Amino acid sequence: MALFEAKDVTKQYATQLALDKVSIAVPEQSIYGLLGPNGAGKTTLIRIINQITGPDSGELFLNGKKLKPEDVTLIGYLPEERGLYKKMKVGEQALYFARLKGLSKHEAMKRLKYWFKKLEITDWWGKKVEELSKGMQQKVQFIITVLHEPKLLIFDEPFTGFDPVNANIIKNEILFLRERGATIIFSTHNMGSVEELCDNITLINKAKTILEGSVNDIRNQWAANEYDLVIDGDGKVEGNGQFSILSRQTEKGKDIYRLKASPDIDTNYILNTAIRSGRIISFNPALPSMNEIFIRVVESRN
Amino acid sequence: MNKISVIIKREYMTRVRKKSFIIMTILAPVLMAAIIIVPTVVMLNQGQDFKKIAVIEDGSDLFRNALPNTKEAEYVYLDNVKVNDLKNTYEQAGYYGILYISPEVISVPNAIQLISKQQPPIGLLDYIENSLEKEIERQKLLAYNIENLDEIMKNVETNISIQTIKIDETGQSKETSTGIAMVLAYIGGFLMYMLVFIFGSQVMRGVIEEKTSRVVEVIVSSVKPVELMLGKIIGIALVGLTQFMIWVFLTVAIAGIINSTILKKANLTEVTQTATQNLMSEQQQAAVASVQAADVNPELAEFSKLFSSAMNQPWGLIIISFIFYFITGYLLYASIFAAIGSAVDNETETQQFMLPVTIPIILALMVAMGTMQNPESSLAFWCSMIPLTSPIVMIARIPFGVPYWQLAVSMALMIVTFAAFVWMSAKVYRTGILMYGKKTSWKEMWKWLRYSG
Repeated sequence: MALFEAKDVTKQYATQLALDKVSIAVPEQSIYGLLGPNGAGKTTLIRIINQITGPDSGELFLNGKKLKPEDVTLIGYLPEERGLYKKMKVGEQALYFARLKGLSKHEAMKRLKYWFKKLEITDWWGKKVEELSKGMQQKVQFIITVLHEPKLLIFDEPFTGFDPVNANIIKNEILFLRERGATIIFSTHNMGSVEELCDNITLINKAKTILEGSVNDIRNQWAANEYDLVIDGDGKVEGNGQFSILSRQTEKGKDIYRLKASPDIDTNYILNTAIRSGRIISFNPALPSMNEIFIRVVESRN
Repeated sequence: MNKISVIIKREYMTRVRKKSFIIMTILAPVLMAAIIIVPTVVMLNQGQDFKKIAVIEDGSDLFRNALPNTKEAEYVYLDNVKVNDLKNTYEQAGYYGILYISPEVISVPNAIQLISKQQPPIGLLDYIENSLEKEIERQKLLAYNIENLDEIMKNVETNISIQTIKIDETGQSKETSTGIAMVLAYIGGFLMYMLVFIFGSQVMRGVIEEKTSRVVEVIVSSVKPVELMLGKIIGIALVGLTQFMIWVFLTVAIAGIINSTILKKANLTEVTQTATQNLMSEQQQAAVASVQAADVNPELAEFSKLFSSAMNQPWGLIIISFIFYFITGYLLYASIFAAIGSAVDNETETQQFMLPVTIPIILALMVAMGTMQNPESSLAFWCSMIPLTSPIVMIARIPFGVPYWQLAVSMALMIVTFAAFVWMSAKVYRTGILMYGKKTSWKEMWKWLRYSG
């Protein structure tokens, strides 16, 4: 069942159309990728979900019911541009935002202690935000976003500013949150993390949805019967009527091929041919990366 | 509602805990008191600086007895001494200066010189001028050969000092002082100007800070933009009121100290006690008091009179109206400032919007200063009615007495206008805080005002 649904959402700004009948359906306990080039309308959609602005037309549903103003307490939002008061102390600030989300002081303190300990930032409690590095501020912002245990979490570019170690910590926290029942909308330009994290995606370009579905389905759809073959040997694999060689590279004595096969080929046929040239190390269908798909889809539309 | 109070609390606490706030709050009344007390103390102690002055008259002795000695100075009449000779030695001889009178003085008014190393005090100059003027007048009158001139002169000599008594509607009268009213008008008008401006622009800076740091995006995903704006404005208003109340309290405390220490010396407390009694008995008692005062110390008596007159001002009305006009005037301007803050990306961009907002405030201040000269002028009247200028101008008018109906009309207009401005500003604010990287114009803001969703 979809935890969150947007139906035919349209938003017109003074001079431009920001969203044109965009619909998304986010299944419960999944991670949903919201992709698109800069200025496509992602931020507008996120703001509409957060009820920061209203749509001109279209409907929004949370848990099958129409989205209400009180539902802000069920949503957690990590904006792309991090927003913290620079002169305010970390602990006080976290408490302030928690109170704004409707938590009692006592409850907020309890949860803050838990999260500060978990992300190992307890020492920063009394420091001013301006004294922290960008990554540290990100951690604080992350805690503020998840503290009220919202059902729906919206992360806009959550990994920027993090070193790989901390990015991994945050990634694991996101996966852990999903495990515990949260549903996550995830907006990013980092296609690597989309492949890693997202179950479903929607690609928005110029205010319109141009691609949607589960990540696996999409990648398979866009697969063009290409395969990657790695062989350790002296012989050379030659193309024939059934498949052709797109590229060949040699790396540390191993040959790496990209093959393109005819649509109804039996893959064993390729292996039988290849095995004569040496020892097969790996053979994989070459699924296009989300990055490639993104670029191809967007460019074909422009 | 609960969320607004969380916002108000944050806005209030972060500002009240700032060092600059604490310093300003304590220092301002102390400075203010110093401005009032230091000249008084100086004035009271001035008499101790005794001066001896050599008087040289060139070739005549018309003014031999024209300068009686006073507590401050002794005038020594020297014969047969040349000014140029004395110029080098007068200090060794213990003189403060040389007063040189030329015989032409009767026809040439500036034929008198006072030669000294320091700038002589005004009081001394006044005394010499007055005495010599009188003497010259006497000499001129003598030339008419009037009989019994000295007797006539003594007879016509009068000395008056105007005592102003204001009667209010209930027939009660109070001794007042135009000087005090002017000082109050000045301080009140200026304080209002400062408070509205300082705290209004604090609102603007707060809004810009939230916008540039993108905090606003996190907050408006939890509360409505209007709630954030109102929370901020109210929080900062409370900061201003806190400061004002502490100032009032400290001023009252300091005034109390002055009353019980400095004035006790003069034993003049009756004057303040009789302040609210009716006209007849007050006049009598005041007369008694001033006789006593004259015996003690004329300057202190003068000061004490001013002080009691200050105590007689309608303080309750002044403070209550001040608070009312501060709150409404501040809300009016703060909401405009909030709208401006929301429309720009950084503080330098505020310039173009600030000018039209600053003009009425500065105009109001100028009218308020003019009010002190002429509180009944029609310019003062209209400016104390128009809501953009009324907080400052009306506060300047109140010490001079304002009919209640005018106060009521002005206040009613104020309430209606500030409500309208808050409402309009909220609309601009709601759109503005989420707009980035766009140069905003008045036209643009007007469009936001008409947005519905």
